[in-house]
Amino acid sequence: MHQHHSGINDFAFKLANVNGTGSASANGLLMQAIFRMGIPVSGKNLFPSNIQGLPTWYEIRVNHDGHTARALDYDLMIAMNAQTYARDVQEVVPGGYLLHDSSWPLDKSLHRGDIHFLPIPLARLCNDAFPESRARILMKNIAYAGSLVALLSIDMRIVEELLDERFAGKKALRESNLRALQLGYNYAQEHFSCPLPFHLEKMDANSGKILIDGNTAAALGCLYAGATVAAWYPITPATSVMDAFRQFCEKYRRDPESGRNNYIILQAEDELAAIGMVIGASWNGARAFTSTAGPGISLMNELLGLAYYSEIPAVVIDVQRVGPSTGMPTRTQQGDLLACAYASHGDTKHILLFPANPAECFDFAVKSFDLAERFQAPVLLLSDLDIGMNDWVVPRLAWDDSYQPDRGRVLSEQELARLPKFYRYFHEDENHVAARTLPGVDARGAYVTRGSGHNKFGAYTETPAEYQEVVDRLARKQKAAANFVPFPEVRRQEGARLGVISIGGCDLAVREALDLLAARDIRASYMRVRGFPFHSSVEAFLYEHDMCFIIEQNRDAQLRSLLTLETCVPKNRLRSVLAYGGFPLSARQVVDGIMNELERSERTGRSVPVVRD
Amino acid sequence: MPSISKPIATHPSLQRNALGLNIRDYEGSMSTLCAGCGHDSITAALVRALWELSLPPHLLAKMSGIGCSSKTPAYFVNGAHGFNSAHGRMPAVTTGAIAANRDLTYIGISGDGDSLSIGIGHMCHAIRRNVRLLYLIENNGVYGLTKGQFSASADIGSKSKRGEPNEMAPIDPVLLALSLGASFVARGFSGDKEQLVPILKAALAHNGLALVDVISPCVTFNDHSGSTKSYLYTRNHDLKATESDFVPPAQEILATIGQNGATRVTMHDGSVLQFKSVPDGYNPTDRQGVVSYLMSQKPGEVVTGLLFIDPSSADLHEMQRTSDTPLARLPFEKLCPGSEALDRLQQEFR
Repeated sequence: MHQHHSGINDFAFKLANVNGTGSASANGLLMQAIFRMGIPVSGKNLFPSNIQGLPTWYEIRVNHDGHTARALDYDLMIAMNAQTYARDVQEVVPGGYLLHDSSWPLDKSLHRGDIHFLPIPLARLCNDAFPESRARILMKNIAYAGSLVALLSIDMRIVEELLDERFAGKKALRESNLRALQLGYNYAQEHFSCPLPFHLEKMDANSGKILIDGNTAAALGCLYAGATVAAWYPITPATSVMDAFRQFCEKYRRDPESGRNNYIILQAEDELAAIGMVIGASWNGARAFTSTAGPGISLMNELLGLAYYSEIPAVVIDVQRVGPSTGMPTRTQQGDLLACAYASHGDTKHILLFPANPAECFDFAVKSFDLAERFQAPVLLLSDLDIGMNDWVVPRLAWDDSYQPDRGRVLSEQELARLPKFYRYFHEDENHVAARTLPGVDARGAYVTRGSGHNKFGAYTETPAEYQEVVDRLARKQKAAANFVPFPEVRRQEGARLGVISIGGCDLAVREALDLLAARDIRASYMRVRGFPFHSSVEAFLYEHDMCFIIEQNRDAQLRSLLTLETCVPKNRLRSVLAYGGFPLSARQVVDGIMNELERSERTGRSVPVVRD
Repeated sequence: MPSISKPIATHPSLQRNALGLNIRDYEGSMSTLCAGCGHDSITAALVRALWELSLPPHLLAKMSGIGCSSKTPAYFVNGAHGFNSAHGRMPAVTTGAIAANRDLTYIGISGDGDSLSIGIGHMCHAIRRNVRLLYLIENNGVYGLTKGQFSASADIGSKSKRGEPNEMAPIDPVLLALSLGASFVARGFSGDKEQLVPILKAALAHNGLALVDVISPCVTFNDHSGSTKSYLYTRNHDLKATESDFVPPAQEILATIGQNGATRVTMHDGSVLQFKSVPDGYNPTDRQGVVSYLMSQKPGEVVTGLLFIDPSSADLHEMQRTSDTPLARLPFEKLCPGSEALDRLQQEFR
């Protein structure tokens, strides 16, 4: 039912490897070379929660129209892992190709008559060329990369340029890599008709673009926002946020004169402590953040409630992975929406931001600090493993040098001197935020911050009216934040009665799916939610359409739940398309999901409000 | 922590410290703890120590978790910010606060439930990081606010109010801290202010985490005859290992009173600790020796005094080489690399 077209700058290939053998480096090289050829490209690393010996895959998709969500059809498989070979051979599209190491004979039972085999004796070539055993393993990867340069018509000069950059100052390594590259290249040229029918041609789609992962971009956002205190506990897939933050700080935050650090990174004993540290630092006026994943969010629940109730800024970057429990740490999901929206016991509700790609990770990270300080509240940035750990092609990050951090309402010594008396939760502004004071400034601003019941003066209370007065303001404050979070991105289709809604990293797949549906005369408007609490335009969009499909990556339709809880839209208008197996979303899953639901509605006789032109 | 504000009635004859403040200026709201609670005596000792050290109230930060002990930040120094956080999390929240602003003097007040059960991990790691903090454990062996359960510091054989003996081994914060490499370890008794005040002063001057475990009887739930954390028991078993005087740097006039073979330890900031009496051969800077001394005491003895100090220890900020200006006070211009740097950096992302 799915017709597969592949051709110039429109195909996908998959590399099946064993983890810990150095394949990531070769695969990254290929992806980077294609990027530099100006072609829209994506690379998805499907890796195990393991250091060495388990199967790992890398998928590269090129598409001249910019559709670079995960592909499910592979024109070419580079089958380097005997363990998964049987599976891998089945994934090639009919008429496709499979490159394998022919140093050993291939089991006849694994043969497929409808695909082409590209046998290359990679191990033998490398054994002959390299004396050292580790080099033989590593160079095998570069050798298949060399073959792909020939088969896919990758620009050899760009690959060489990349090797020069990677091994600047390491001449011997550069030479052996070049040699391995040449081995694979020459073998392919000599034995196969190169290039394959589908291959690459230079384009100019990537000028003004960069190749970056979301965790690096988020860390960069924290750096640019002026965060000085970072506290964290190591966890996949969030660890590289802090790794990147550390590297950036070493580069940009070391005082050139004194050699002293204008930052501190605290590796906490657990996530309870990490968020506690962020809260303590923010209480003292620093911009502070933590990076974590679902299990960390579970632990942070307690203190997120403290920050919410005592009104202390806190920025949490949640790089979502597959739950529940330990789940699948190296797989992606959007399973923390509800856990974050209402984190902690009692009546709590938090500000959430949903970036769709690394560029938004950067922008939204900066925004998180502004919102946290303006609203004196936790802000959770919900990225995911796919966005966070894969390299994405995104527009070059921009920085406005006139940016000034929004520090929110903080009273200075002079302002305190003018006040007859300071009370912490008194005199709310139009956003229902009361001014805070920082320790160490003036005794007139002193008060006791507490997570226990307090009245608007900041004093302990057990009196119903006094307690309610404060929590009611908190509810108003949270509502006010809806006008400050990033607005939804909406693409309206004239006259469409069908709405499609998505969130975060679903975006690319959904956009592609909308094009595919349009080709079937199914037109839909599109809205991508980017912040919580929901801006009024979110609810308006829901009402504008007779039926809305909510596309998200979790089992329980958490975004749909949030929409039904936080808007008045009737639940039956909202249908779900869910993908939660742990791999990044693909357009086909979205199209299939929507078509199935539409057909089901038709069968059951419920009106299908679809405009078919 | 219900608070009742205290009437401010000061007499002109009240002595003033170097800042011109009298001791009343270091007081807080009226305590709502039970009459006779050990914690209130510790608060009084703390007020005295802070006043004597002439610490500016607004440069203090009073940190706590949850429990009877953790209510006390409201009961001293009204002019200082306080943070009554969550159960057991005081060391974590305080570590973050210290990371952001190294210029304040931090007083963390915790209890045996807060520090030896729910927050023991955070306490241990705060010790490892050697954050500059007076870490006070108001230790009464019992959960007061939830009405009388044993805490992790209850001794074997100590009886609850209902007469049930505790059968599990106690966690001794002093030995634990010593084994973790704590740079300052002391134990006091809330009933002995004379001994406690100099300990607190030294702890406040210490360049790192100063763990001060104070036996602080719970008059309501743990002051009966079968208890080993009662006033009577502690008085009868208090073994004063060391008695010390604390001499701040400015006052170090060479009047070396009571130099009867006692040890002098010069602290990081030039303050001098004068040990008026120590056991024979006791060296408060010898960790192993101190541990052996503590382990060799008869079970049931409550050894008090400033027990161990490493005057040359490096605190978190020294270890991390953070700027002298508190991180929270660094101007944004110093923190943001700007658009040109971003453009240059992005040359790498291709």
